[in-house]
Amino acid sequence: MLNRYPLWKYLMVVGVLLVGALYALPNLYGEEPAIQVSALRGAQVDAALEQRLLDALRAAGTNPQGSEVSEGRLLVRFLGTEEQLKAQDVARTTLGDGFVVALNLAPATPGWLQALNALPMYLGLDLRGGVHFLLEVDMPAAVRQADERYMNDARSLLREEKIRYKAVTRREDGGFSVAFADAAERAKAEERLRRAFGDLAVTQEEVGGDYLLWFRLTEPAVRAIKHFALHQNLTTLRNRVNELGVAEPVIQQQGESRVVVQLPGVQDTARAKEILGATATLEFRMVDEEHAGPKDIEEALAGRVPVNARLYRDRDGRAILLDKRVIITGDYITDAASGIEQQSGTPAVFITLDGRGAGIMSDRSKDNVGKRMAVVFIENKSETRRGADGEPVRVKRTVEEVINVAVIRERLGKRFQISGLDDPEEARNLALLLRAGALAAPMEIAEERTVGPSLGADNVRQGFLASVTGLALSFLFMITYYRFFGLVAGMALLFNVVLTLAVMSMLQATLTLPGIAGIVLSVGMAVDANVLIYERVREELRNGTTPQAAIHAGYERAFGTILDSNVTTIIAALALFGLGSGPIKGFAVTLIIGIATSMFTAIIGTRAVINLIYGGRRVAALSI
Amino acid sequence: MEFFKLKTHIDFMRWRHAAFTLSGTLTVIALLFLGFRGLNLGIDFTGGSVIEVSYAEAVDLEPVRAALARNGFEDAIVQHFGTARDVLVRLAPRPGVEQKQLGDRVLEALRGASSAGVELRRVEVVGPQIGEEITEQGGLAMLAALAAILVYVSLRFEFRFALGSVLALFHDVIIVLGFFAVTWIEFDLTAFAAILAVIGYSLNDTIVVYDRIREDFRKVRRGSTIEIVNLALNETLSRTVMTGVTTLLVLFALMAFGGELLHSFTIALLVGVLFGMYSSIYVASALALALGVSRADLMPAQKEGADTRP
Repeated sequence: MLNRYPLWKYLMVVGVLLVGALYALPNLYGEEPAIQVSALRGAQVDAALEQRLLDALRAAGTNPQGSEVSEGRLLVRFLGTEEQLKAQDVARTTLGDGFVVALNLAPATPGWLQALNALPMYLGLDLRGGVHFLLEVDMPAAVRQADERYMNDARSLLREEKIRYKAVTRREDGGFSVAFADAAERAKAEERLRRAFGDLAVTQEEVGGDYLLWFRLTEPAVRAIKHFALHQNLTTLRNRVNELGVAEPVIQQQGESRVVVQLPGVQDTARAKEILGATATLEFRMVDEEHAGPKDIEEALAGRVPVNARLYRDRDGRAILLDKRVIITGDYITDAASGIEQQSGTPAVFITLDGRGAGIMSDRSKDNVGKRMAVVFIENKSETRRGADGEPVRVKRTVEEVINVAVIRERLGKRFQISGLDDPEEARNLALLLRAGALAAPMEIAEERTVGPSLGADNVRQGFLASVTGLALSFLFMITYYRFFGLVAGMALLFNVVLTLAVMSMLQATLTLPGIAGIVLSVGMAVDANVLIYERVREELRNGTTPQAAIHAGYERAFGTILDSNVTTIIAALALFGLGSGPIKGFAVTLIIGIATSMFTAIIGTRAVINLIYGGRRVAALSI
Repeated sequence: MEFFKLKTHIDFMRWRHAAFTLSGTLTVIALLFLGFRGLNLGIDFTGGSVIEVSYAEAVDLEPVRAALARNGFEDAIVQHFGTARDVLVRLAPRPGVEQKQLGDRVLEALRGASSAGVELRRVEVVGPQIGEEITEQGGLAMLAALAAILVYVSLRFEFRFALGSVLALFHDVIIVLGFFAVTWIEFDLTAFAAILAVIGYSLNDTIVVYDRIREDFRKVRRGSTIEIVNLALNETLSRTVMTGVTTLLVLFALMAFGGELLHSFTIALLVGVLFGMYSSIYVASALALALGVSRADLMPAQKEGADTRP
């Protein structure tokens, strides 16, 4: 008999629709205001902290609706934004400096849906408001800095080896050259420098009576420098964004020299820019061993600091007295990496200094073997505090923190290590801080897009209204034109939207305003499949075919055409996707998903309903 | 309800020469405008800044312009955006000037322009280099799409059909771009996305018609090529109109409620869909005809030896 689906096909259609509805459902629940607590270095977010915070919040008269700890972050939900703001203040005073308290909108998805991993779509910045930065790392500057370091190294090396040279000059065509008075000196120098500078390509030249050695960075060396500069900047940005206290920030590498930073919900872009651009430096100082006793520390804490010392604190807040004189600063560090020390097998951080730094370090450390040296991390931040009158005041402050103290075991040189760290994690963190404090290649903001919260909300509202209107108009038009068959097609349209949302949610894709336009447009295109089928059915009927055969032929014949036209649209959408700019990508994604799901709803979905109603029985006329 | 109760017998191809003239003229006009005037490119392509603010009450643009000029933004283009309260400020890229603080400085200047409160709606700052890259990538994306489509259509149809469809696409794209050049509506990244969607849509139409032409060539053994093409166009007319109308309905909804940000997107699609309908009939089909498509080209592959043609 014609036009009957086997049972499994009906079940499949129903199954797909149910699963689709289920996974699209979280998008209906909206979001609840919440505060999000995350730990800065050293601190821990755990159940004890959760309890402490909840007690404090209740004591302050707020009414937390629920809390959860996941991925090292604590989330506490509230009913209204007013309570949320109050809770943020309470949390800040309760928890102190070791934690970042950010305002967040947490999805209000019920637990049973979360258990199924059904989560709402991620809204793009154009819908939720926030800042998008594209930062460009100044790679020529990074390479220039590297050249600079090698030039300094070359000078000090030649001096050390007592090789006479005339000049070290930077060259327009890349790298630098060292000039010698005669070939013999040059040969000596070349032999030494080649050994020291494995990364450089060396060429001999004779210009105007001078014997030159031309040093250039090799291709792999340049690549390594760029790679290092980018990663150093990424790390630094991650640290800073963490301190900014933004819920769900995105920090991603894009291409070879760019970093994307997205801060949803951030409005104060000036502040965000200040923090992203904050500078950090490092200082190596000797510990004041003469005043290391508990008594001296007590004295110092009371305000009586010894003349040649300064009082510092480490990350756990313990006080320590350091020598007033700085040995070297982070500017001399060229690299810091964590690893395992060969001899002891303990985690260690390997530090590389440039030539000048190595000279100073070697001088100072040779007299201080057996004594302790401290690494101080200095960060210039600006933050907003509430002043006496309750008005927010922007304060610039410098935070100095001792991040490591280690005993000098031998005279230190260009490469040395800090060993005896507790675990690999600590080694990684220390290396990261050292790199963050070292001189990084400068970054520039290449692109900035800020969307205010009111515009974001407007975009959501308008996008929603446009989609609903578009859908309703298509629905009505289909019913007027194709009657019962039109109703079926309209239902298929609805389900197509539901399925599109479900797939978007499952993929955790980002919905943007052009993305909404894509959904609306795919509604228009999904209609096409049904129009093609129905026109075929009508045509068959006009040619005198029986209703059953007409339905059958309509679906059969239209299929190839529908496939062809959808494939070509998907090709166009894929090209757009490749273009890859955020919101436009959103358009491409929804269009592709919408078209793919429409193949199911418009062909298999409508066929199932029509088969169910008309199939397997004698039909005199079709309502088409 | 049916638009075309009976089978229509419109002799579409009779006017194909007139249509060629029309298409040719429009294309030439579009190209002239594009060549001499160019597009009003958005900052996505040119680089520069756009700052959108919303005042608490309606503002005149003159004091806003004056306030900006006082602060060193003499070149700012200031216009209302949607309502009399919303103001859009556009700045050309400023080489050498620190991009970082630009948005903040403009906002500061705008605060001074009116006693009413100002709320920042949107800031977009695009470096000139990024703009260049987007333009380049956009061009490449479009060429890649057209090439991929040409390959797909030639695989599924005959090469002459593929050529006809791609020429029809070029026609549509040039007309839409020309429309933007003539009206001087800003051409931004969303408009570009819309053009690619137009490519998809217009092709969709063309393929439906081509499919029918191929089918009719195989089914109807009598009649000239022109008659067959006419038959196919008439048979698909109802569908062409129906799908066109629903898509237009949806676009009207976007136009009415989608907001200013989707404005050029919607315009590009509206123009594109209208011309896509026309071009699938008069450009694609007529071109395939002009390129000499015949019944023999579309017959299913014959068994070896059965083909007696030279």
